[in-house]
Parts: sequence; structure tokens; C-alpha cells
Amino acid sequence: MTSSTETTVSGPPGEPDETTTAADPAVAAELVGRSPGQLMWLRFKRDRTGVISAYVVGFFFVVAILAPVIAKLYGKDPYTLYGQNEPGLLNDFGYPIAPNGGMSGRFWFGIEPNLGRDVFTQLIYGIRTSLGIALAVTIAVTVTAILLGISAGYLGGRVDYFVGRITDLLMAFPAQLFFVAVMPVVTAVFVSPVDETPTYLRVVALITVQWFLGWMGLSRLLRGQVLSLREREFIEAARVTGASSWRIVRRELLPNLVTPILVQSTLMLPTFVTAEAGLSFLGVGLVEPTPDWGRMFAIGGEIYQNDLTYMFFPGIAMVIFIVAFNLLGDSVRDAFDPKAAR
Amino acid sequence: MSNDISLSKAPAAAAAGEPAGETLLQVSGLTKHFPVMGGFPFKRQVGTVQAVDGIDLTVRAAESFGLVGESGCGKSTTGRLITRLLEPTAGTVSYRGQDISHATRKELAPVRSEIQMIFQDPYSSLNPRQTVGTIIGGPMEINGINPPGGREKRVRELLETVGLNPEHFNRFPHEFSGGQRQRIGVARALALEPRLIVADEPVSALDVSIQAQVVNLLQQVQREMGIAFLFIAHDLAIVRHFSQRVAVMYLGKIVEVGDRDSIYQRPRHPYTHALLSAVPEVELEGEERERERIRLAGDVPSPINPPSGCRFRTRCWKAADKCAVEEPPLIRLAGAEEGHLTACHFPEEPTIAARDEDIVMDPALAALEDVSDRPQ
Repeated sequence: MTSSTETTVSGPPGEPDETTTAADPAVAAELVGRSPGQLMWLRFKRDRTGVISAYVVGFFFVVAILAPVIAKLYGKDPYTLYGQNEPGLLNDFGYPIAPNGGMSGRFWFGIEPNLGRDVFTQLIYGIRTSLGIALAVTIAVTVTAILLGISAGYLGGRVDYFVGRITDLLMAFPAQLFFVAVMPVVTAVFVSPVDETPTYLRVVALITVQWFLGWMGLSRLLRGQVLSLREREFIEAARVTGASSWRIVRRELLPNLVTPILVQSTLMLPTFVTAEAGLSFLGVGLVEPTPDWGRMFAIGGEIYQNDLTYMFFPGIAMVIFIVAFNLLGDSVRDAFDPKAAR
Repeated sequence: MSNDISLSKAPAAAAAGEPAGETLLQVSGLTKHFPVMGGFPFKRQVGTVQAVDGIDLTVRAAESFGLVGESGCGKSTTGRLITRLLEPTAGTVSYRGQDISHATRKELAPVRSEIQMIFQDPYSSLNPRQTVGTIIGGPMEINGINPPGGREKRVRELLETVGLNPEHFNRFPHEFSGGQRQRIGVARALALEPRLIVADEPVSALDVSIQAQVVNLLQQVQREMGIAFLFIAHDLAIVRHFSQRVAVMYLGKIVEVGDRDSIYQRPRHPYTHALLSAVPEVELEGEERERERIRLAGDVPSPINPPSGCRFRTRCWKAADKCAVEEPPLIRLAGAEEGHLTACHFPEEPTIAARDEDIVMDPALAALEDVSDRPQ
């Protein structure tokens, strides 16, 4: 079908060519344009770095989602203190007896010193926690930024002024310091300091503080985009035909904002992963016994002089994940906007 | 792109043979002032841009009315006021007797389908993320129009009407050339079967070769569907080709209005003379120049602070004290045809023939010509 028509024409994706040709010659000749989205997808598929990064990132997400399944097949969990329960795994000082941090066919990534937990399950569960929190923050931030950015840009006037000033104010906060200072306060609002803070509350607090100082960049970007888009004549054309503001935002503006939204959120997610890990490292994130990627670095930092191997796997995993995700973000941007690259 | 287009479906109104000359659009005293904000820390109004300042015009059914003038004279603002993309500061816009100057979106709904607009820039007037089918079908969807045979069939008909392949239905704007895009814009305007189309410089962004095609398309649409046009342009030749009546605007005011031949052959206002004289014309070798030659100096004054009295007086060669004090009314001068109105205290002779002496106001151009005259 494609060869018989013009070169710029492609069949509907996923539809077998034979059925269209067989059904009706007139239908077969129908010209289907490639949408900007389809063009983006074609460009993305050609970018080898992007595709490989996408696979790597996908792998991490699969591991995070399937962590319980993997742990079950592997036969261990991140909570059991294997080293303390079974003699012969840890020496008198609490460090693994076997070389390389206790790596063996049974404990693939070794055993954690002192408590003697399994490093492999801790890592996959830690990735699960961190990615889950980062994903939740990204979604919350993106939705907020879309709402505030588009209303500021489209409504203008007073709304724009107030959203703009709030943005300025929040942007002036030193984010990391703010997180460290506010995390205990947020948890103290809900739980009295004497009681044990439930894990879900810590998670909610982590998401809330990161969301609170995370939305401004994207919101400001979207406001600018809307400001330039709403001067375009196709918005006026829609208004001349009597379209409501809601319809203009939904049908005319939003499709044109998909690119910045997608690109920015892809670049945003790894920063939230590192921020969450940083908070756990500093001790204001999740606490024991919840497995957490960031806290593995904290433990690794305490014991690295005696057991360097412990730090190895979480560290390498984090580096690969961040690099792959950033490369993916770059590739998505290049695919959407080939003119901006190179 | 073939130029013979078939109009498969003419609106019933045109087919019924509506009495020609019925007033469709009546604009009186239309004014739009844009505030100029400034100051720190509190912004306040420091001036107004008098983009459109009290203009009157009438567009009759099935008529093409041209609006010409220099850049920044308020032509486009006028068009946007009439389609109610902007709200007038003062004055009224009435469509078939109904005052729509301050109507809300809901009140405008029944009129919306009858007044449509064609935009200047075909690259920014089509949403890059929508297919041609969505773009042209959108107006029908918004207004809840369900033509017999479905919207898609109607869109295909419209594509055929404007000389595009109906199979371009699923394509995206970036796959088309400027001329084709403008045809899509025309199809969108026709989708609601309007009775008045405001065409805001519809061809000035196109190649000259394409301009003729699009203008012919518009003319065909206008004649065969009986749609009235308010044709805004700065190209006098195209307006002459397209419009039966023409108004000349200068700095937010109409300075002269009349029938096409009357304006182009027997202009009275000095500014109209100057505009017509500025149109380039091919002169064959040995042929005597028979048109008058007027070269103005300087730019259009700022609409923030327009000159008192007659707004053209700062660039006019006939300006006198009276012009600074008294604003000339737009009236029918002695000897002018019916409907030919001019706003000038000292009108020119109704001819465009060459004068004894060229009027060259531009000092640089005058100096150049002095030098070239010397050896003779």
C-alpha cells in the first residue's frame, strides 16, 4: 500500500496492509497524514541512545514493579536478618566472613554488615520505594504546573500576577535545606512526637514537600508557552467560531503543550529520585525497616572503610539509572524538536 | 492546483436570490483605544493607542467591501472588532439590525456562524496538532451543526470547493504549502455557511503567484455563494480586483470611501492620491508617464498622540491652518458620485493624470532628483 501511494503517506499504525487494500480500492488510496506525534516517534526510534536508555529505564521500572515477585523467586526478603539468624555469615565484628561483602550463589549482592540482611532484595525493594515516590511527585508536580501555568498564561491579568509572585517566592527557597527543616515539622503536624510515625505518613510527607517546591519551573515554562500560543491566529480562529475558553484550552492549547510537558517531566523524575535518596541519606526520609535506595548510601557511608562492596551495587544502579533517564530525556526532546538539537 | 472549482452546495439564502443591497453590517462611530500602561512600582495608564477612532461603514449583502491603508492604520483592529475578537471602546457594530458591539459569547452564538474570518498568516492560523478534517470540522462541532451525510462528508465537500483533494482530510497542516494552507483557512470559514467573511489580509503572506489563485478562489466563493466580504488589504491592486466598494483608512479614521471606480479613477483625498501614486506601474520604453507622481515624506504619526484636526495634515502638501484646528467631516463633496465620501478641507481634483509638477515631499528623494536634473 505504501509503495503505491505517495512517499509521505503511511498506513494507519498497527493495521495490516492487506485488509485495507482488499476492502475497497477507494479506502486504500486514502491519504493518512503523519501527525507530529507519529513523526516524533519515528525520529525517536532512529535515535539509538534514546532507545537503549528507554530499555534501561524500562528495566528499572519493571524491577521496581516486580520486586515482590523477584524476591519470591529468589527466595529471600529484605527484612530477615540472615546474618544474625545463621551462624557463619558474619564475623564477630559484624562484617561478612565471605570475601567481597559476602557475595555468593545464595546472597548475590552480598550481606549487609551488622544486621545481616540480603543486599539484593534490599536494593530492588529500595528502588521500588524511591521510584514510587519520585513518580508520585512527578505526577503531582506536572498536574499542578499544568493547572497553574495554563491558567496564569491564558487568563493573564491578576491571576498571572499572583501565580507569578508565588512562583518567585517559592523559587527563592533553598530546596534541600527546606526539605530537611520541614520534613520533621510536617510529620509532627499529624503525629505526636512521642508516637511512632507510620511509614505511609512519611511517604506522604516526602511527596508533599517535594511537590511543594517542585512545580514552579514547569509552570513558568508552560505559562510562557501559553502566552506565545494564545497570540497565534488559530486561537482567534477558534474564538471566531464561538469556542468556549475551556474548549480552547483543551483542544487548541493542550495538544501544543504536550512536548514541553513530556520532556520536562522526563528530566524531572531522576532529580526527584536523587532528592529522595538525598533526604534518606540525611536521615529525614524513610526510616528502618522500610528498604530505601537512599538509605543504602547512608549505611554504605558508615562502613565503607571495612566493607566497600556494600556501596557498590546501589551506587552503580543509581548511576546507570540517572544517566539513562537523562539521556532518555534528551532524546525525547530531540525527537520532539529536532531544530533545537545540534 | 486547478482554478476551476465546483461549488457543490450554495447556501439556501443565496439560491433564493436575496434582495441585493440589503444592509448586512452597519458600523457607526466604532472606536478602539488600547491603554498604554507604565510606571513603577504601580502600573497605571499613561496613554492610549487610538487604533480605531470613530469609523462608520456599511457592508451590504453579497457585496465585497475593501479596506485599504498603510500598516498600523487600524485596518486589522477594525476587522477584529467586527468579528468581536475585540470589544469596542465606543460605537456600535450591528449585524442585520442586531447590536453585537458588547454581546457576550453566549449572546453572540447565533451570529457567530454568519460572520467568519480568514486570517493573514496561514502558518499560524492552523493548529499544527490537528488534522485538516478536525480544523475544518471544528466550527461545525462547536456550533452543533450536523449536515446531512455527516460532518466528514461536508468537510470533504468543502475541501473540494476550495480546490484541495478531499483525501487530504487526515493530513496535518505542516504537509501543505502556504497557498494550500490558506485554502484550508477559507474552507474553515465556509464551514458554517457564513453571510459575511472578514478577510484580514488573506493573501499578503503568500507568494505573488499564489496570491492570484487565492484571490480568484475568494472571488468565486463570493459570487457563487453570495457571501459578503470585508476585504482588508494594503495591496491596492488586489482590492481593486476584488472589491466593489473601497474605504481608505489613515491613522484610525476613514478618509475616503466610495465605489471602486470612483476611488481609483477620481480620488479626492490627497492621501488617496498619494497611495494610488505609490503603486508601481510598468512603463514601456518611449511611453510617456501619464500618472501623477506624489512621494510622501516620513512615517505615519504615532496613534498614541495623533495630530489635531485632520490627521493627515502633517504629511499633506495642501495643509493649512484650518486643517490643524478643524477635523474635516466625511461628506459627499460637490461633483462627487453618490456614495463617494471624502474627509478633506482642500480636496484634490478628481483625476489621477500627471500634474505639471511632481509632488516630492521626501527631502532625500528631492535632493537626489535635483542632482539628476542638473545636467539637463
